[in-house]
Amino acid sequence: MTVALPAGPAPAPRRQIFVGTTLAGVGIVMLIGGMSTLWLRVRDGVVSAGERFPVDYIIPEVATNVMLMTIGALCLFAQWAVYSARRGDRAHTGLALGVVLVMGIAFINAQAFVYSQMGMPLAETSYATLFYALTGTMTAIVIGGLVLTVVAAFRSLGGRDRDFEIVSAHALLWYFIAAAYAVVWFVVYVTK
Amino acid sequence: MTTIDSTTRPAVLGDGAIGSFSAAVADWATSTDHKKIGRLFAGCGLVSLAGYAVLGLLLALERAAASETVLPENSLVQLFQAHRIGMIFDGLLPLTLGLAIAVVPMQLGARSIAFARLALTSFYLWLGGIVLIGISLIGNGGINGGNAQMVDLFLAGHGLMLLGLIAAAVSVATTVLTTRAPGMTMRRIPFLSWAALVQALGMLIALPVMFGMVVYLFIDLRNASLVFSGPDAIGDELGAFLTQPLTFVFALTAIGVLAEVAPVAFGRRHPLRQVVFAGLALVGVGAFASVALRSTFLVDFGGASEDIVPDLVLLGVFLGLPLLGALIVLLLVGAVARGAKPRLTSPLIFSTLGTLMILVGMLGTVLHSVADLELVGTVFEEAALVYVVYGALLAGIGGLIHWSPKLSGRIVAERKVLPLAGLGLIATVLASFPHYIAGFLGQPAAAGVYSGVDGAGIWNTAVLVGHGLMALTVLASIVAMVTGERAEPSQTNHWCAHTLEWTLPSPAPADNFAALPTVTSAEPELDQTPMSEGSNS
Repeated sequence: MTVALPAGPAPAPRRQIFVGTTLAGVGIVMLIGGMSTLWLRVRDGVVSAGERFPVDYIIPEVATNVMLMTIGALCLFAQWAVYSARRGDRAHTGLALGVVLVMGIAFINAQAFVYSQMGMPLAETSYATLFYALTGTMTAIVIGGLVLTVVAAFRSLGGRDRDFEIVSAHALLWYFIAAAYAVVWFVVYVTK
Repeated sequence: MTTIDSTTRPAVLGDGAIGSFSAAVADWATSTDHKKIGRLFAGCGLVSLAGYAVLGLLLALERAAASETVLPENSLVQLFQAHRIGMIFDGLLPLTLGLAIAVVPMQLGARSIAFARLALTSFYLWLGGIVLIGISLIGNGGINGGNAQMVDLFLAGHGLMLLGLIAAAVSVATTVLTTRAPGMTMRRIPFLSWAALVQALGMLIALPVMFGMVVYLFIDLRNASLVFSGPDAIGDELGAFLTQPLTFVFALTAIGVLAEVAPVAFGRRHPLRQVVFAGLALVGVGAFASVALRSTFLVDFGGASEDIVPDLVLLGVFLGLPLLGALIVLLLVGAVARGAKPRLTSPLIFSTLGTLMILVGMLGTVLHSVADLELVGTVFEEAALVYVVYGALLAGIGGLIHWSPKLSGRIVAERKVLPLAGLGLIATVLASFPHYIAGFLGQPAAAGVYSGVDGAGIWNTAVLVGHGLMALTVLASIVAMVTGERAEPSQTNHWCAHTLEWTLPSPAPADNFAALPTVTSAEPELDQTPMSEGSNS
C-alpha cells in the first residue's frame, strides 16, 4: 500500500539559468582548451623541425592586446549591469548592457582588423588553417555572448527588472569567454 | 524566473484516423514533455542498436567467409566505421541519455526537465547529425573516405550531432542541480539521477574537445589538408572519442539502473549509499582520458623499468578507476541482498547481467593495454567495445522495463522478458568473447585484412550468431514493452520502489507533480510504507 506524500512549501529558486550558463561556460573552456592543445602540438612539431610558426606573416599585436583589454573591461561592465539590476536601477542596467554590446562589437571589429592586416589566405599554410579555426571559433563564441547580452537587455528593459538572474548569468558567461580568450591570446598571439 | 515549461498543450483533434495520427505525430514531434523527449531518444537508440546488431552480423559474416566477399568490397571500410560510430553515438548514447531525460525529473520531484525546449532541440540536432553521417557514409565519406564532399559532410554531421548531445547534457545536469524537490539534498538523490549527472558532466568535459577537433578537421580538409594527412587523419584525431574509456562514461546511466533497482528488488534501503555514489563517480574519470586525446594506455612490462611506473599510473587512473567504480556498484548489490528475501525481477536481472558485461569489457580494455600481450590492432579492442555497448543495452532495457509504467503506462509481463535477459547475455558473450580469443590469435581489426588467420573462422562464426541473437533480443524487448498490459492509473508503485516517481499515477501526467512533495530521506516512498526499516538518510 502506498500513501500520497504531503505537499511541501514552494521551493526556493535555484537559479536555473545561472547553473545552465555555468555548464555552458565549462563547455566553452573545454572547447578552447582542447583546440589550444592541438595548436600547441602542431606548433611543437613545426618548431622542433627548426621552422618559424607563423612563416611570413606579422600579427598586429596592438590590436590583439586591445582585444584582451576590451574583453576584460567588458566583464567589468557586465558586472555593473548585475549590480544595477539587483538594485532595480533599470537605466544603469540598460546603459551597462549597451556598453557590453558595443565592446563586444568592438572586439569582433578588432578581430576582423587582425584578419585584414595579416592578409593570410586560408588554404596556404598549416598555420593559416589552425589560426582561422581557433580564432574563428573564439569569434563565434563572442557572438554567442552578444546574443545573450541582447536577450538580457530585452528582458531587463522590457519591464522584467526584478528578474536579474539572466543578467548575472550573462555576466558569468562573459567571465568564461574572457578566460577562454586569455588562453587564445597567450597561445596564438604571445607564444605564436 | 523559471525555465520550466509546464504548459499542457490541448490535444489537436483531427478528423478520422489520418487526422488523429497526424495530431499524435505533431504532438510527439513538438512536445516539451521530458518523458516524450526521453522516449524519442531511447526509442531511436534501441531501434538503432537492433540495426547495428544486424550490421555486426553482416560484418561477422564477411569475416567468417574470409575467402569470399559477402559485402561490396569498396564499402567495407565505411560499414566498419558505421558500425563503430553508430553503436556509440546512434545507440549507446541516446539510450542512456533518453533514459536519463525521461526518468530523472520525476525522480527529483520536478515538474519538468530544465530547459525543456533545449532538450527537444538537442534531439533534433542529434538526429540531423546522425542522418548526415549516414548519408556521408553511403556516399563514400567518413574516415578514409574517397569523396571529399562526403568527408566534409561526415564532419559536419559530427558537429551537429555533438552540439545536440552537449545541449542534452547541459539540460540533464542542470535538472539534477536545480530542480530537486524541497528536502532532496544531493546526498538524497536517487542513484540513477546521480549516474545521469556524472554522465552529463563527463559528456560536457569530453564532447566540446571532440567538437574542437571536428572544427579543425573540417576547415583543414576543405582547404588543401595542410595540417592533417587527409581523411585518414580523422581516425587518428577522433579515435580517442570512439572507444574506451569514454564509452564507460556513456554507459554510466545504465550502471546507475542496477544501483537503483537492486534495493527495490530486495525491498531494503541501500546500506552504503555514499560508496555507490563514489563508485559511479569513479566511472566518470574515463572522460578525462579522451580530453587527453588518449585511446590507449600501453604498459610494456618487458620494456625499460623506469617507463613501467608512469605507464601503470596512467593505466590505473584512466582505466583502473572506472573498473573499480563499476566493481563497487556491482559488489554492493551483495551488500543490499545480504539477509534479504530475493525478488528476482526482470529489471534486476537485466541490469545485473548488463553491468557484469560492461565490467568484462572494462577488464578487456585493461588487458588490451598490456603491450606484452600484443593485442593492439587486433579485434580484441572491438570485442571490448561490444561488451560495453551490449552490456549497457541490456541494463538500459532493464531500466525501460522498470520505468515503463510511468513512461508509457504499461506493465511489461515478467514471463515475456525474463527469458530475453538470458538470451541477451548469451548474445553479448557470443558477439564479444570469441573476438577476445581471435585477438589473442592475432586477427587484425582493420577491415578487409582479416583472412589467413588460422583458427579464427569458428570465432567469427560465433560472433555472427551473437549479433543475430542480440538483434532478436532487442526487437523482442521492444515488442514486449509495446504490448505490455495497461496499468491502472491508481496502480502507482508496481515494483514497491522507493523513490518519488512512484507516487505518480501510471502513466505519469505531463506536468508530473500537481503539488511539490517534501522529501525527508533518500527513500521517500519506503518511508510511507508501514514497518519500513529505519532511515539511513
